Amino acid sequence: MNDFGTFLFRAHAGFLAALILAPLIPGVINRTKAVFAGRQGPPLLQLYYDLFKLLRKGTVYSRTTSWVFRAAPVVTLSACIGVLMLIPCTGASPALISFQGDIILFAYFFGIARFFTVSAALDTGSSFEGMGASREVLYAALAEPAFLLSLSALACLNSKISLSGIFIASTEHPFANIAVIALVAVTLVIVLLTENCRVPADDPNTHLELTMIHEVMVLDYSGPDFAYILYASALKLWAFASIVVAVALPLRTGSFITDSLIFIFGILAGAVVVGIIESTMARFRLDKIPKLLIAAAALSATALLLTLTRG
Amino acid sequence: MKLLIAGFALLLVCSFIPLFTGRNTKTAALSVIAGIFSLLLLSLNPCIESLFTGGTFEISYRMSIPFANFAIGMDPLSAFFLLPLLVLSGLCAIYGMAYMDGNKHVYGSGRSWFFFGMLVLGMSLATVARNGLLFIIAWELMALSSFFLVTFDHHRKEVRKAGWIYIVSAHFCTAFVFLVFVILGRNSGSLDFESFQVLKSGTAASTAVFIAALIGFGSKAGFIPLHIWLPEAHPVAPSHVSSLMSGIMIKIGLYGFLRTLTFLGDPPLWWGVTLIVIGASSGILGIMFAHAQHDIKRLLAYSSVENIGIATLGIGIGLLGITCNEPVVAILGFAGGLLHIVNHCIFKVLLFLCAGAVIHETGEGRLDRLGGLMKKMPRTGICFAIGSAAISGLPPFNGFIGEFLIFLAALFGITTMILPLSLCAIAVIITIGLIGGLATACFSKAFGMIFLGEPRSENTAVHVEDPGYAMTVPMILLSVFCLMIGLSGSSLLILLCAPVSVISGLSLEACAAGLKPASYPLTAIAMLSSLMIILGVFLYTLRRTMPRSHLETKVPTWDCGYARPNARMQYSSSSFSQPITQLFAFFLRTKSKNPDTAAAFPGKNSFSSETPDFWQEYLFRPSVILINQISAFIGKADNGRIHVYILYIIVTVLILLGFHFFK
Repeated sequence: MNDFGTFLFRAHAGFLAALILAPLIPGVINRTKAVFAGRQGPPLLQLYYDLFKLLRKGTVYSRTTSWVFRAAPVVTLSACIGVLMLIPCTGASPALISFQGDIILFAYFFGIARFFTVSAALDTGSSFEGMGASREVLYAALAEPAFLLSLSALACLNSKISLSGIFIASTEHPFANIAVIALVAVTLVIVLLTENCRVPADDPNTHLELTMIHEVMVLDYSGPDFAYILYASALKLWAFASIVVAVALPLRTGSFITDSLIFIFGILAGAVVVGIIESTMARFRLDKIPKLLIAAAALSATALLLTLTRG
Repeated sequence: MKLLIAGFALLLVCSFIPLFTGRNTKTAALSVIAGIFSLLLLSLNPCIESLFTGGTFEISYRMSIPFANFAIGMDPLSAFFLLPLLVLSGLCAIYGMAYMDGNKHVYGSGRSWFFFGMLVLGMSLATVARNGLLFIIAWELMALSSFFLVTFDHHRKEVRKAGWIYIVSAHFCTAFVFLVFVILGRNSGSLDFESFQVLKSGTAASTAVFIAALIGFGSKAGFIPLHIWLPEAHPVAPSHVSSLMSGIMIKIGLYGFLRTLTFLGDPPLWWGVTLIVIGASSGILGIMFAHAQHDIKRLLAYSSVENIGIATLGIGIGLLGITCNEPVVAILGFAGGLLHIVNHCIFKVLLFLCAGAVIHETGEGRLDRLGGLMKKMPRTGICFAIGSAAISGLPPFNGFIGEFLIFLAALFGITTMILPLSLCAIAVIITIGLIGGLATACFSKAFGMIFLGEPRSENTAVHVEDPGYAMTVPMILLSVFCLMIGLSGSSLLILLCAPVSVISGLSLEACAAGLKPASYPLTAIAMLSSLMIILGVFLYTLRRTMPRSHLETKVPTWDCGYARPNARMQYSSSSFSQPITQLFAFFLRTKSKNPDTAAAFPGKNSFSSETPDFWQEYLFRPSVILINQISAFIGKADNGRIHVYILYIIVTVLILLGFHFFK
């Protein structure tokens, strides 16, 4: 019973840590970009201020919209919270729920969020938002096989088909197969950048509606709805980053607190890396992005084949 | 079992009544509905008993036709197809009653109801037939009655053309189905299913049966490239008929295929691989073509091809599991395939009924003319949203559960490290991942174009409202089914166990053990999905308690400062699918008519795009032209002069004599 108590405590502690700390990631990314650009930049906690401010505001709705537009932020946020229940949020903490094949539910929870975000974009009747939606669905469709393949490679490498199993096995045998891990990590980073609308796939700071992808879809949101959306995308970043960190930084000391701190540090370091990528790279032309994603899928397919031939 | 026969007799009688009701279509519809539901009631007992206990019942009467016996039977596989078939047909019929009511057809719709009853009769007889000839009779009944249903509106040219394509392809498939039973019956000397001995694998006979079944049943099910009748026939048929055909009839093709597999021995490796290749190509190409369509019913027809592909992937990985002696992979694969078949029945019927409601109200099926219907037809809109999410395989709806089981089979397949199985499992994962993404794209487009935004043309916006209860209640019921199956968790496995044991040839206990690994995941998914719904409600309430949540300002959509956006400026179906059609242009070959903007002051211009069927354009049309040319050439020999005919006879006799002497 005591063991179970520890398990529950750790799982909830990790889950809450992710919920609380997630808005830090965009802050770290923006700070890194500011340092690169020689600016002072917004404070690290900017997203917290924004969320707090937005939640207390009234809302503006387009006359064209229906209930779909109002449901989308709620569905998106609850799907992203649902995903966090599936992963060991701080590495050392166990997942709230873990079962064989939960990697698929991970991908499909984001699917339902996307379905609603895209529908809400079409609900406004704006052609800019339609444009963003149409690009988003294409990139998501191509990112999904890449993502599932890279997780299958990990599953195959560790003979485990649940996220928790993969997390634990990758710390027990760190770098079991360097080549496979490297390929998978690269794929996951590409998928992370695409799914979270970062450079080189999308630029969250662009100024022209015509060139936006994700940002343009949420153009008509305001107030608490927009706060939900911003918070959900921070959680999504956390979810993807934690898989990358679990694979690429399998350091464990055995102490729950230290391990969790190392993991959180790892996620923030990941945010710095994203910031560096954004500062040093230009955004790809739109028709290059599918090629990037197909290349990512090919990388993880190679990783899977390597794992298979090893066994 | 005798009661089941009585049920069939009742449906037969009830189907004939509409022929005598004249213009009173209500009576016609009611009698068919009564027939379907009485058959459902009478078949309930044997179906449920055999689904839960795995029992099989048979009854056989001699018929005066050689080789034919009126042998019908019930086993878990039949029950698994028969029950959803009857429930869904009943719902389609109720919907159809209201749908056809406003239809002022010259002949009245009595005949249409007769054929509707016959179609249901043919389909249900096919699932319980236990004699090859009886099966073919049921099969033909199904093909012919659906042909007359498709050509209901035969005054229009495109309807006649679609009917023609359908009847040719239906008989193409019957020919191969016939071949299946001829080869199977040749060994046993009888066409009764129970007399068929299991054919040894690797023999020429079993290979021939497999290929013939693949072509024959596959063209009914809609495997690419034999699918061409689907996008032709579904759009022109009345909506309750297209939902019956696309939702249920094509599954009878898969039933036939699965039934044939039970007559064949251990599958060799290439069977599973072939099925996975077919499933992957049907799945990916089906959804790509669906995404490129601008007509709602054509889009839905192509998406049926996609879903049949997914189910085939499940069956394929199941066969591979048997070949490689991995029972867990096999059982999960078959279970996923079967569950996806039933799931697809439900949401495809739902989507066709919703599309029918839209067409019924607005008189328009082109996506680029619709829009903004959510405010006018909220019930239809919600049902369509649920159907779209379900067909895209998104939790918490039923589509996800079926795909999840196939994924799980593939993941177990990869970790077995048996090379052929792992490679195929990788292919399955890539395919379903890609299909899932493209399906979300396709159905968010369909949903968005029809129900969201502003109406794209004036005449589809006036006097539009939700249809009456006879039409909305079936849609709402089906949406509830979608959610219920999605949330029912591991209890689904109890229903899947017995049918899987029939297909895989494993014992009931082995199947229950093989399904065990899926039990906890399904419960967890159901739990998490319900939790997500509760969380959604909670977040919504939380949002309402925010200090200024009551302050809502209504403004026009932000269009970058442009002050007067109008409905024609919205993103359209073709512009939404353009990135995908462009990326896959080498296959989709979308044809577009671009506006001429070269001049300094371009005049009035228009843009249009359409994506014709690749195989029809590049495979079937050329081959039909070739056949016509050859026939025309041979036809020259038939010139009507008797002396030339006598010459033919003499030449033939001489050649035969020559053979005889030189042998």
